[in-house]
Order: sequence, then structure tokens, then C-alpha cells
Amino acid sequence: MAANPQALLYSKTHEWTRIEGDEAVVGITDFAQESLGDITYVELPAVGDRLDVEKEFGSVESVKAASDLVSPVAGEVVAINEALENAPEACNADPYGKGWLVRVKLAAKPEGLMDAAAYEAHCAAER
Amino acid sequence: MKTIFAASVPGRTACRVVSDAPGAAAMLPAGLLRRTPPRLPECSELDVVRHFTRLSQMNYSVDANFYPLGSCTMKYNPKFTEYVAALPGFVRLHPLVAQLEGGAEEAQGALHCLYETEQLLCELTGMRAFTFQPMAGANGEFTGVSLIAAYHRAKGRQRQIMLIPDAAHGTNPASASLAGFTVCNLESRDGMVDPEAVANAIQQHSDNVAGLMMTCPNTLGLMETHLPRIVEALHAVDALLYYDGANMNAIMGKLRVGDAGFDVVHLNVHKTFGTPHGGGGPGAGPVGVSERLLPFLPAPRVVRRQDGSFALNYDLPQSVGHIGPFYGSFGVIIKALAYMLRLGGEGLARASEYAVLNANYLKKRLEDVLEIPFRQRHCAHEFVASAPEGLRALDIAKALLERGIHAPTIYFPLIVHECLMPEPTESESKETLDAFVDAVRDIVLSGRAEPEKLHEEPRHLPVRRLDETAAARHMVLTEDMT
Repeated sequence: MAANPQALLYSKTHEWTRIEGDEAVVGITDFAQESLGDITYVELPAVGDRLDVEKEFGSVESVKAASDLVSPVAGEVVAINEALENAPEACNADPYGKGWLVRVKLAAKPEGLMDAAAYEAHCAAER
Repeated sequence: MKTIFAASVPGRTACRVVSDAPGAAAMLPAGLLRRTPPRLPECSELDVVRHFTRLSQMNYSVDANFYPLGSCTMKYNPKFTEYVAALPGFVRLHPLVAQLEGGAEEAQGALHCLYETEQLLCELTGMRAFTFQPMAGANGEFTGVSLIAAYHRAKGRQRQIMLIPDAAHGTNPASASLAGFTVCNLESRDGMVDPEAVANAIQQHSDNVAGLMMTCPNTLGLMETHLPRIVEALHAVDALLYYDGANMNAIMGKLRVGDAGFDVVHLNVHKTFGTPHGGGGPGAGPVGVSERLLPFLPAPRVVRRQDGSFALNYDLPQSVGHIGPFYGSFGVIIKALAYMLRLGGEGLARASEYAVLNANYLKKRLEDVLEIPFRQRHCAHEFVASAPEGLRALDIAKALLERGIHAPTIYFPLIVHECLMPEPTESESKETLDAFVDAVRDIVLSGRAEPEKLHEEPRHLPVRRLDETAAARHMVLTEDMT
């Protein structure tokens, strides 16, 4: 398993968040992509949609299952990763890079998210 | 194997039509006529017979081999039910007859059968009444949650929340959403619905909870031991309990879900009462209700008149209306009736006992081969297992196919890692179960020794390992017919 970057924040539902000023980039973690298996389709919100904390904002389908995406942050979607439309495998190959999902203009400072060490403990418990 | 199109030879036919009668050209407007003939295969009768006979021989079925597909209850369907459903009196009766004025008198036998089936299902489940209109299990779910919605509407309130455990079949949230509910996911504890989670959800959504959909035993193959507390919590806020009948095969003659407090239940007759699955014919998903949901059942309902004869009652002002045409899949219901009457109450209870015994035998024998969560508990009619560390459920499943055994359900429920879910059913002998254990053991041992070889299974079936990822990412759903 790839290491979870120290600079990111993590949610219990296996999404990562990278804060960049008043914006945040959100994706799914390596643990999530590993558990899902080969991802075949990613359903994302539209630019301009509003995300709420712990609310569903899309879904990921793999050969095993379809899972909801749960937002770790609140705010307005300012960009989505359009490349995933034709190449959802980026979420498997590079979950913390090319596999990013959405960029959000934050409505509030994210709260209750874990750092990399706490997240790894969370994943270990889930195994 | 080649398609029938590949076997086509220009000009070859089974028979030659010789006629002076004008064809389609004389009857249809010119604009609707095709300019070129359709590209249909040109074959002799023997070509066609051999092609489809070979194709049918490649099909896998419970009539040929062991089919331990968990949560699907692929029990053997006794052939006498086909005979009964094919009796001319049933087959030749037009479905409209009973609806004509005075027509019920011409369809007394058929109406009697529907009435009798309803009585038997009520006896078996402890429910007050059944409708046979739903055309399959998920259609039954939709009917059931629609009845719950109608109940709350009749009380002048809009309740939005349907509670659904995380181990539920995917059809549960789908049916609830289709009926207009918002799904609230309940996290399991110790492999069961957590009464604390139910209480919290009720508190959080206060008087907005419409009901809870449960499968019992659940999809981990475990009985829900907190059931009384959960029923009490829901009924305290006048929310209703839905019983998903997917796992009914574990409890016939042992637990009456109506007595346990459920208000609505759907049954999958193809899982429990020996009617064919899927391609075997149309489905049926009877829905049973408690007293309080009775007024909302789909119309019409079969009733018994004072003189003992049968009629259809359409006078149901609070009914949710039609869910399916006529009375549901009549032939399928007849098969279920024949199955219940042949086995009798004692036989149905014994079927559940053997189904549970077989599953526990398999689970015990596989304990040192697979990783089995909740191993300290007895399972019901099925159980879940994880592929041992380093092996994948998918590879084990594919290797079973190579050995002539249908794979168990894999990767469901989602809360179990690398999940395999075997369900042997009551139909299978100890020899078959032992052969399955030997096959799994052999696959795990050889997979540990040579993991790459396992990735290549199956080797000798009509198709080898398919690239499921590529198939899902680049779907090709059309064929060029020009």
C-alpha cells in the first residue's frame, strides 16, 4: 500500500482533503481504492454544486461494488476532474495525484478530520 | 463457440415458402418498407437444432451441478410443480375471464388456488393477508414500502426516513428511494443490527422515521438477536417494520415474522418455494401485511363469499392501486402452492432445518481453510467467509468454476473483506458438500503454492478469465446487424 501523504487530512469514510488557501481538493484514499478494486466509473457533482459535510456528493463504481462519495468539507464545487470520465483508473493508479475528484471553495474550515497517523490506525481497525 | 450468424451460408434455409399471395409490399406504405433484407442467419433446421442444443449444454444449472450461490437460495426445483402448473385447466384459462361480469363463476378453481396459497402463506408467516400482484422480489419490496408510505399518508403525515442496515441487499435502498423515501444507513455491530444505532436514528430524525427494512437472518447468515428491542423501538414511534424475505428459507416453521412484530413482508417464491429462478420464467414476489396495512393492499383481492365460492373484490378505496397486471404471475404462484402442499408444514420446517444444518456443516469444515468471521456463532442457511490472507475471493471463485462447481456469491456483503458467501440449501447431500470442501481446500493450497496459476483459472471452460474491468470501462452494447 502506498503511504498516505502527511500533508493531507482524512475522513472515516476514506476521502482525503488537501487545503490550499480557501479552497480544498478532495479524493479517495489508497485504502479506499484498494478495497474497491478496479474502478470503472466515477460520478461527480457539477461545478457550482454545494457540498455539505458528511453528505453524499457522488459515487464510485468498481467491479466489486458501487460506493457513495461522502464529502469531508462544506463549500461550492469550483472544478471537477473531468479526465476521470474516460480514465477512472487514475483513482486506482494515483489516488493522491491524478485521481483527485473535486476542488471546493470552502464555506467553513474543515473540522473533525484525521491526520495520516490517526487515519492509518483507523484503517488498521477496519481490516 | 461461434454465433449462429457465423454458421450462416447464403441461400440455406429450413423450409421454402411457395406462395402467390402478395407479401408485405402489398400491405405497407412504401416509406415503411426496408430497402435491403435484414441480415438474418441462413441455416438448415439441423444447424439450428445443433447450435442451440450445444448452447444449452454450456449452460450451468442446478439440475446439472452444485450451485451454492449465497443469498440466492438456488435450491432444486422439483419437477412435479411444472406438471401441476401446466395442467390444461390452468394453462387454457384466460386471465380476463375472472374479471368479466359473472366470470368469477368460470374461474372458481383458479381463484380457489390463489385463496388457498394466501391462507398457507399467512399460516407460515403469521401475516394477516397477502397480495400476489408483485412480479418479483424487488417489485415486492417496492410494493411493501409503498404500503408503508400509504399507511403514514392515511394518518395525515409525510414520513421521509427509511432505516436500512449496512448489510442489506442493494435492492432495499433502491426500492425505498423509488417509493420516495430518504435512506438512512444503520451501521452493524457484531454482525447484527445495533439497537443503539436504531434508537439514535429514531432520536435524530424524531417523528420522521417511516420504517425499517430488515433481512432476518441477515446477509451475514446470522439471526438478529436484538429483534424484540428493535421492534419495540420502531413501534413506539408508530414506524413500521419491513421483513425482506430473501432468507426465509432458514426459518420456515420456526419463526413467524408476523408474530415477531413485522408489519410487511415480501417473499421470493423462487428462493423458498421451489419456483424457477430468473430465466426459468417470470418471477413472483408475494407481499404479506399485518392488520394495519390491510386496507392499502393492491386491488383486486380474492375473497371467499358466504356460500364458500370465490370472487374478486375491487372495492378497496384506500388501495395503493395496481402493482402488476391481473393477479401476478399465476403459473408461478401455482408452483409455489404445489410445493407447499407436497411438503406440508412438517416438510417445510424440515427443509429449513436441513438448509441450516448443511450450512453449519460447510462452515465447520471450512474453518481451517477460509477465514470465518463470527465463527463462534451458529450460522443460519448461509455464512460468510474471507479468502485467506494473500488470496482473492475472485480467484477462488474462478477456480471453483474450473472444477465444475458454481462459485458462491463474492464481494457481498460489502462489510466483509474479500467475501465469499456459500449457501448449500437443503437439497444437497453430504457427498456434494464434502466435494465442495475438498475443492476449496485444494484451491487454497495450490493458490498458496503458485498464486499466478490461480489468476489464470478457469482454463478449460467455454470462456476463460474475462477482463471484467475492461468490459465495464468500455461497454459495447450494440451489434452491427446491417
